[in-house]
Order: sequence, then C-alpha cells, then structure tokens
Amino acid sequence: MAEAAVVPVRKASRWNQRTLAPWLFLAPGLFMFIVYVIWPIAESITLSFYDWDGLYNAEGQFTGTYVGLGNYSELMTDPAFETSLWNNLKWLVLYMLALPIGLFIAIFLNQTVTGIRLYKSLFFFPFVISQVVVGLIFAWFYAPGFGPVYLLIEWMTGQGIAILADPDLATYGVIAAGLWPQIAYVMILYLTGLNNVAPDQIEAARLDGAKGWRMLWYVVLPQLRPATFIAVIVTVIGALRSFDLVSIMTAGNPWGETRVLSYYMYEKALGEYGFRMGYGAAIAVVLFAIMMVFISGFIWKMWRDEKER
Amino acid sequence: MVHKQGGALALVATLLLSTSAFAQDKRVVTWNADYDPIPLAAAEAMILDFEAANPEIDVVLTNFDHEGYKNAIRNFLTADPPDLANWYAANRMRPFVEAGLFADISDLWASEGLNDSLASSVLSMTIDGKQWGIPYTYYQWGIYYNRDAYTAAGVAVPGPEGVTWDQFLANCEAFKAAGIDCVTTGSSALWPAAGIFDYVSMRTNGYQFHSDLAAGKVSWTSPEARAVFENLGKLQPYVTANHAAIDWQDAAAIFVQGKAANYVMGNFAVGVFKEGGMTNDNLGFMVFPEITAGVARAEEAPTDTIHLTSGAKNPDDAKKFLAYMAGAEAQTKWNAAVGQLPTNKNSSVDAADPFLSAGFASLSSATGGIAQFWDRDAEAEYAKAGMEGFQRFLVQPEALEEILANLEATRLRLYPQ
Repeated sequence: MAEAAVVPVRKASRWNQRTLAPWLFLAPGLFMFIVYVIWPIAESITLSFYDWDGLYNAEGQFTGTYVGLGNYSELMTDPAFETSLWNNLKWLVLYMLALPIGLFIAIFLNQTVTGIRLYKSLFFFPFVISQVVVGLIFAWFYAPGFGPVYLLIEWMTGQGIAILADPDLATYGVIAAGLWPQIAYVMILYLTGLNNVAPDQIEAARLDGAKGWRMLWYVVLPQLRPATFIAVIVTVIGALRSFDLVSIMTAGNPWGETRVLSYYMYEKALGEYGFRMGYGAAIAVVLFAIMMVFISGFIWKMWRDEKER
Repeated sequence: MVHKQGGALALVATLLLSTSAFAQDKRVVTWNADYDPIPLAAAEAMILDFEAANPEIDVVLTNFDHEGYKNAIRNFLTADPPDLANWYAANRMRPFVEAGLFADISDLWASEGLNDSLASSVLSMTIDGKQWGIPYTYYQWGIYYNRDAYTAAGVAVPGPEGVTWDQFLANCEAFKAAGIDCVTTGSSALWPAAGIFDYVSMRTNGYQFHSDLAAGKVSWTSPEARAVFENLGKLQPYVTANHAAIDWQDAAAIFVQGKAANYVMGNFAVGVFKEGGMTNDNLGFMVFPEITAGVARAEEAPTDTIHLTSGAKNPDDAKKFLAYMAGAEAQTKWNAAVGQLPTNKNSSVDAADPFLSAGFASLSSATGGIAQFWDRDAEAEYAKAGMEGFQRFLVQPEALEEILANLEATRLRLYPQ
C-alpha cells in the first residue's frame, strides 16, 4: 500500500490490458467454480453444524437447530460410520490392484497382430458402459440359484454362497465389480503411455542385455511415470467416490455391512429413512477431508514438477 | 433479451388462453399424487365423478413417479404447494405435520362424522389430538400360501382361519424334509423382514407392546423383547436361506414355483403371484398364527392418505374433495378398481375376490389393533436400524446379543431416557 501511495501513476498502470486480460479470461471459469464448487463446500460445512430434516416451514423459514459439533461427536461413536470408513479403506487398497493388472494387459496388448484394435476395444469396453450396468451384471453373476459365480462355487464346494448377502464377502464382491471397468481405464492410460516409450532406449537396453522384469522395471516403468501418476489419481478418486455400484448391487446391505462413506452420506441425507441433512453434511465433510489429503498431495507434486521445468 | 421475454410472454398468454377456454369460471383444486397406472386411472375416474357432482370445481391432478415423489414432496410443499398431496399415515406424516406443512382438518372430520365412519384409522391419522389427512385405502398383510406346495409335501392345507403356531412350526419341519422353504421372503430391501418381525412381535406380546417398541419406549433387552426374538428364532431355520440377497419379487418367483410354501406379505403381492401363474385355486390366504394364547389379534394394514397442505390456495374446495374421498361410495369404487380395501366402514368389498374378502374379514375382526407397518410406525432412523437388526437376525441368529445391544444403543441415542 505504501508503494501505491508514493507512486500513484504506477498503480494506475498496473491494471492494463496485460494484467487484466488473464482475469477476464478466467472470470467465467472462476464464476462457475465459485458457484458450483466453493459455495456448496462452504454450505455443506455450515450445514454440518445443524440438525435439520430438510424441510422449510410454510413461511419458507429454515427449521434446523444449531448443534455445534454434535454431528461430529455422534459420528465418532456411530458403528455404521466406522464400518463405512473401513470399507472405504478396503476399496482404496484393493482398487490399487487395477494398476498392475491394467499395466500387464496394456503390455500384452501393445503388439501388432491382426485384429489387435478389436481386442483393445473389447478390453476397453467395460469402461465405456455405465457403472449401473456393470453393477447389475455382477449382481446377476452373484445371484443365488442362477448366477454363474454362485453355480461355480456350488459345483466346486457343493454349497453355493450368495456373495452379496454374506457380510464378510459382500464388500469384496462389489469391489470386484468396480475393478473391472477400473482396470480397463488404467489399461488405456498405459497403452497411450507405451506409445511414448522411446524405442532407442529399449534398443540400447537390449544391447546391454536387459530383458524381462529388469527391462520392465528399470527401462519401461520410469518412462511410464506420467501415466502411472494419472492412473493413481483416477484410481484413488474412483475408490473414494464409489457410490453407484454399492447403491445398485447391495444398497449398503446386508444390514449395512457394504456401506461406504459416500453411500452412508446419501442414506442419511437423502435416503428414504434419512433426511438428517446436518448429519449427512458432516459425513460429506469427513469424506472431503480424506479426499483433500490425496488431492493436496497430487497438487503439490504437480506444482513441483511445473517448477522444475 | 427483450425479444426472448416478449416470446415467452406470448407463449404464456397463448397457454393461458387455451386453458382458460376450458376452465372458465371454474375454481381449480390442485392435487399432487404418485400413482402407478391402475390407481391413476381409478383416481381420474374419481375426479370425473366429483366434477360431475360439483361442476364449478376443476380438480387438476399432477402425477409423479413413485420414487421421485418422496423427494419432490419435500420441495413442493414449501416452494409451490398444491392444495392436496398424497402421503402416508402415522409417523410417516409427522415431519410434515411438525413443520406445519400439512393443514389440520379436524373440523372436516367432525362435520363429516369421520371419527365414526373411518374409526379404524383415527389413531393413525391423529397427531397432538388433531387429524391431518384423509385415509382412503389400505391393504392387509398376512400369510399367503401355495396349496400345491402343501400337497407336494403332504401337509394338510390350512383353512382360512389359519393354523396354530405349533402346527405351523410342525408343518415347517415337514416342508424342510421335503426340500421346500416353509417361509420365504426377499429382504435385500430390508422392509420384508420387518413384516415377519412385526407379526411375531404382535402375536407374542400384543399390539400395545409392539407400538411402544416402535415408539422407542421399550428396551430391546427386556424379557418381552427377548421373547419376540426367541419366537422369531424358531421360525428362522425355515426361512429361505439367501433371503438377504434377493428382492421380494425374486422370493415371489420361488413361492410361485412351489419351492416355498408360505409368504408373509401384503395384499399388493397377489397381482405378482397371479402374473406368475397362480390362481385362486392354488393361492391361499390365512392370518398369522396366534403365538401367546389370549393376546388379542392385531394386524398390519398400511394406510395411504391425502392431505390438505398449509399453503393451499383453494382450501374450501379441496376440503370438499377430501370429504368426497372419505365417503363410502367413493372408497368402494376406488378400491374396487385398484384391488385394495376401503377404510370407510360403510364401504363394500368385491365379494368375488377371495383375498380382499379375507382381508376385510381379518381387519374388521382384529380386536387387538391395526398397525401401519414397522417403517411407518417407527421414526425413520429408528425404523432403519430396526430393519437391519431383523434382517441380520434372520441370517445370523447367533448374533442376537450384538443385535440387541446395537438396537438398544440406537434407542438410547434417539430417545434419551
């Protein structure tokens, strides 16, 4: 401020075309970002301090009551919340399987054989179809009585298992369904990455006698780092926002054992037996905080990479 | 911008002109509903009858998708209230009553003598001593049985009066030996499990206990509650093994195929059974067996209702329509078209339908009381916790102590002592 007071001419010149133009170009995006991202986040955080059933009274007034951190302290002792948190962790860990599997399928498909385009598109197919369809198909796979997975288990062990009704297995059954499209997604990322692997380096490594695992680990993988980075991001986010599959396949059952945070939030805030908006908002805030840990990590890394250039 | 506004104005003007040509001088009553095709046709027929008797009133029904309605009603009651809105009785209407969105129509109940003609629904429509809507239909729950399955297992087919509890369990043993599920259900959506629990609870300790349990007034670890689970445990080994993985419609398929003998269900399932190929010859209905001798028989009969909203623009004519829908003649007609039971005691039921007749007889002789179903009698969050417990017990009876402890913890949190 002091500088501006001393040299008023320079202050006026700071708002010239060059400084103003970026903001003008950013304005529509910023406006959308504030209205559809920042403002709802602020609203959710505010709402999480209230007990509110989602209704306004006939005069249109808000009917909630302020409860401070009440929703959060209830979360601490809520067994359903604990289950959801653990399930989210299972999702996160098991979803990482998509990375190695996707990589190996990509390497397998990265060859020139007749009809390879067809094979590639067939492998990519599960990512193209809707998650709802994936969920339904897998629910039929597991269905007692006629599902192929059920019949296979029955044929092998003599006793069929209804996976989606088994409290210990149901979550893994849902995760398996989620992995199917996720692997396809990771595969495509790696396929494009493999196109950019420098052939001269492969050639040089081959001359030095590298092959098999060592070639993959020391020569190919380092060149795939950008693809791996993106694949990790989309997989982490995919695991944390898992909702559609849980909703379609189990609706959180048996007795809430397959809930994840996003589904529990939906149940509490918008489900048929929910309409506790404040409590749902508190769950959303916790989920947001968990995501922020990962997102800030990614942003920090990207910012560092940008600066190195 | 100006052009667009001009265009919009012209469009609105044309629309207004075209509708006012019909609705000229008519007073409009708006009604938001969530009907499936058959009830919708029945409701439209009701409106025509009403408008014929009241030519100066125009009832405009806006129909919503059934699932979408549950969310839509929360918005339109505040933002753009119609005069009338469909909903459900008992605790389901409490949030709207407490937020002041449904209007008190006790005066209509008094002036039309509804406390007498709708006597069976007075309790479920009353909050704070006032009535908040008109019940116009309900349906019975009970045990539907497959006569072919009984014959296949060599078990005597029960009559309409049902069987004793001991006989029922003995039958179950016979069905088990024959490889037939004695009782089937599909609890993946949770609520079907509550139907079985409600009946065992009402038959073990009676209506008042069950009602107190749903209201959070009774401890889950009390001897009475334990007795309920003990009886439920006797039934548990005979329930379709993978019920938690399937929908109630999937269980209906098992039942229709004769792989299950009994189904604790509501009367709406009859349509599904018949679509599956069952007829009045092999489909039977009986009331749930008496468990504790001397406990007055109570039944489940969820009630559908119409409410006057607080924001109604034309409450006087809306009340006229409510009075009409509460009447014996309208309820007879609507319920005959839909295949449900009228709540007005002066209405009549199609005698040719054995299930409606049986349901009407079962409900009108239920001296214990009429329950609305667990998820309408209990407050929403409590209902959900309860249904999860019931489903779990029907899969893992050995986890009883944990289930009861969880339910009791939920009760103490929701209803601090």
